[in-house]
Amino acid sequence: MSDIPADLRYTTSHEWLRLLPDGQVEIGITQHAQEALGDLVFIDVPAAGRSVRAGEACAVVESVKAASDIYSPVDGTVVEGNPAVAASPELVNTDPYGAGWLMRIRPQAPAASLLDADGYARLLADAG
Amino acid sequence: MGQQTPLHDTHVRQGARLVDFGGWDMPLHYGSQLEEHHAVRRAAGMFDVSHMCIVDLCGLGAGPFLRRLLANDVGKLRTPGKGLYSCMLREDGGVLDDLIVYRMDDTFFRVIVNAGTRAKDLAWIRAHAGDLAVDVVERVDLAMIAVQGPEARARVAALFPPEAAARLLDLAPFVACQLGRVDCASTALAECFVARTGYTGEDGFEIALPAASAAAVWEALHSQDIRPAGLGARDTLRLEAGFSLYGNDLDEAHDPLASGLAWTVALNPPERGFIGRAALEARLPQVREEITGLLLLDRGVLRGHQRVLTDRGEGLVTSGSFAPTLGRSIALARVPRGVEGRVAVEVRGAQLAARIVRPPFVHHGSVLIPAEILGEQP
Repeated sequence: MSDIPADLRYTTSHEWLRLLPDGQVEIGITQHAQEALGDLVFIDVPAAGRSVRAGEACAVVESVKAASDIYSPVDGTVVEGNPAVAASPELVNTDPYGAGWLMRIRPQAPAASLLDADGYARLLADAG
Repeated sequence: MGQQTPLHDTHVRQGARLVDFGGWDMPLHYGSQLEEHHAVRRAAGMFDVSHMCIVDLCGLGAGPFLRRLLANDVGKLRTPGKGLYSCMLREDGGVLDDLIVYRMDDTFFRVIVNAGTRAKDLAWIRAHAGDLAVDVVERVDLAMIAVQGPEARARVAALFPPEAAARLLDLAPFVACQLGRVDCASTALAECFVARTGYTGEDGFEIALPAASAAAVWEALHSQDIRPAGLGARDTLRLEAGFSLYGNDLDEAHDPLASGLAWTVALNPPERGFIGRAALEARLPQVREEITGLLLLDRGVLRGHQRVLTDRGEGLVTSGSFAPTLGRSIALARVPRGVEGRVAVEVRGAQLAARIVRPPFVHHGSVLIPAEILGEQP
């Protein structure tokens, strides 16, 4: 079973969200997603200040084999793209819920239709 | 579920992530394809290549038949066991497949073709064999393991009794030998066909053996510290080595002259009439495209089907990936003939700077791209 922290929220496209104390959201990809992609070798994160819409492709993670878009789960403004993963993409493989975060966004409105850990676990089980 | 090789259960037990490849369930990696890639460049790795198709051509007519069937000339194969890389062409010059043929003796040639082209290749070979004195035998009874890397030959040879080991270590590049039952005390290692060939740009062996022995031999190789590696690493290794992948860099729509494989077409002697020869000779004065290598100067990853923009017109990436030995992205691309220097590649809507670099990019562990080119700014 994949590691699915209970304190995060999830999307059906395998991003996770962490609500930060200052109201920002931190976004990354799940353990399941990084396993499916394999060794990551290139990550493009959005620049600070960029406005994003929920469902908009705003980052790219590329493994040796394939490129995948990362979609913003919320409307908002990018506060920071993680410079560490741009320099060391393997951080997403080794620590997807920690040092491998991709970006922080200041949301304009609460995110709609996110999954909790149980819901995401069911999604993986149904797909499995 | 696809077809399974005799090593399927072994792969599952070793934690392989399996993917469909040409209708076969094959290991993509066993955890990290980057580590598997480096293991092959630095020491030794092994690949299950049992999905590939071994076809034995036997009989007095086998040699003459192959001289007509293949664009390269098996008449060059003078020593027993010597192998040759060749394309098999349609009448119009389109590449049906690329393959290796070994001349074991005057009446026994072994041909190894790609998995995805097995059915069409066999049909083509049988149709053209017609009533010639040649038997076409598909060796579904054999498995195949490729052991590659600077330590590969020594670690394989260590499993064999001294005389057989000496024979293996004496094999010249691109030469194969068949070990008989008497050569080996171990029954699992008996009846191995061992060729000093590969698809990684490293030294090593490709071993064909009875399917029933495959799992035991795989375990024995593993005990020699030879690391299992999947198709993911195989693809990045072959790309760094500049080897074509059929279906990506080679296909029926292009002839070998437009695919970087003119060197594999033997137009001498002129009287050898091989299938596709007339078409190639007619096109020879006006070849407009070639396959060349690209090094990406910008950040990103080159992928197949991306457009290449050059001062001589457009081209297309045929194979692209991240090259683990270089830590950079490289590609093979079909471009207008004679393009040099800088080009642009359309990657996800942006035009990224790349440079034409003649493959191979890496050979026997060494990076062949000059340092000043690797250091170029986009």
